[in-house]
Amino acid sequence: MEKGKTNIDYKNPVIVVRGLEKAFDDYRVLRGIDLDLYQEENLVVLGRSGSGKSVLIKIISGLLKADKGEVMVFGNDISTITDMELQELRIRIGFSFQNSALYDSMTVRKNLEFPLVRNRKGITRKEINTSVESVLDAVGLSQTINQMPSELSGGQRKRIGIARTLILKPEIMLYDEPTAGLDPITCIEINDLINEVQQRFHTSSIIITHDLTCAKSTGDRIAMLLDGQFQRVGSFDEVFNTSDERVKPFFEYNFIQ
Amino acid sequence: MNTASKSTAPAAKKGPSFKRRLSNAFVSLYDINKFILRFFREAFLPPFELKEVVRQCYETGVRSFTLITLTGFITGLIFTKQSRPSLSNFGAQSWLPSLVSIAIMRALAPLVTALIAAGKVGSSIGAELGSMRVTEQIDAMEVSGTKPFKFLVCTRVLATTLTLPILATYTAFVALLGGYVNVSVNEGTSYTTFMEQVFEPLTFVDFVASLSKSIVFGFTIGIVGCYQGYYSTKGTEGVGKAANGAVVTAMFLIFVEEILIVQIAGWFR
Repeated sequence: MEKGKTNIDYKNPVIVVRGLEKAFDDYRVLRGIDLDLYQEENLVVLGRSGSGKSVLIKIISGLLKADKGEVMVFGNDISTITDMELQELRIRIGFSFQNSALYDSMTVRKNLEFPLVRNRKGITRKEINTSVESVLDAVGLSQTINQMPSELSGGQRKRIGIARTLILKPEIMLYDEPTAGLDPITCIEINDLINEVQQRFHTSSIIITHDLTCAKSTGDRIAMLLDGQFQRVGSFDEVFNTSDERVKPFFEYNFIQ
Repeated sequence: MNTASKSTAPAAKKGPSFKRRLSNAFVSLYDINKFILRFFREAFLPPFELKEVVRQCYETGVRSFTLITLTGFITGLIFTKQSRPSLSNFGAQSWLPSLVSIAIMRALAPLVTALIAAGKVGSSIGAELGSMRVTEQIDAMEVSGTKPFKFLVCTRVLATTLTLPILATYTAFVALLGGYVNVSVNEGTSYTTFMEQVFEPLTFVDFVASLSKSIVFGFTIGIVGCYQGYYSTKGTEGVGKAANGAVVTAMFLIFVEEILIVQIAGWFR
């Protein structure tokens, strides 16, 4: 599926990051990140393993604390809001984990119901069932409803992970390596799903990846993370039409060429 | 002679210095205290995860039930058997039920139950939470607007704290049954007579001390298992360490608490 037309509102950033810094012991992973994510935009963050891509979205979702800098999500400064406010904000952010992070001890149905029953007080059984069936249908895995996560393939786990975040109808989606460890055909299916989610649910997304096919097919804008900073930001062609020796090998060694 | 292998042999790794280890121990102590305080702050504030607490109580009970039945019965049986020759030397076999009951109620039942639960339940909690941590399931709960500490830690600690006194009471019953079987076979004592002699030397303080011990042991098993698992790191190796740490630390603390509670109970006798 080709990336469809999107209505990106460039006047309205939903996430604003300024001067973000993060270090683990002596290793400075992020060294002054500036980022804007606009409404209904898919922003792809590209970078090598260990470059701090996942750290960036973990800071945005409040899982990690930044050492320095400002992260505003829907106008709320993540570092200063209360726990309660952060919890409410998180419901508006969907996080798809690299390894899906499905709850091992629960069936697919229970995995999907879990965030719903916890965050929508007074929800009826009928509404729960409708929501579960609707998101499973959206990811094309209705038949897996009573299966355990261990019975699913890698691609199916990714899809269920995305479905679990969609059930709360988030406005922002954060995808951590959505195609990592999957075969090329499943990668294409996941890329299509990311585009479909954007068009169907009008979400703004940050997609963390080192897969150029994923970047090209899902990204409205690409940001190349190198040495703890965004070195190049723009469309796919703008980012890779360069003689920068740090960026070129990334492109050259990828099968897309 | 292989001199090359000598010269290329890796230098022995130096462990962390004593100062560093002492500092780490204090940091861990501070962290676990913070963890306990957080439990008390969150466990008794709504929303209460009652359904999950009940589920965890069931898990705790079921996991230990068979082993506790077997161990409790054998403990009672063997203790009675081993005590008989000593009492026989003074012609005091008739005191056997009293001796067995004091030993079981005051010390053996809570201690045996706690040690078994530390092995079965504590390790399971450590491994389960550790695995959830390294596979990002705890993070997934957090980002979906659920408080994982409340759902995972508070429920498990409450479950072990509530279940252990029940299990210890059951162990006492089964151990006394083991003792009765031995006494009955050797002396032909009736069940009623045995039970009368069992309850005769026991005081209210014995029951309260035994119950308090079980509550403290249960809390220890739960909190140590959860702490080890919740903060586990380093992938699958970390999960193993969490499970192991949960058992070893809980067992050590159980013995320390046993000494302290015995001392305190002694002041009230």
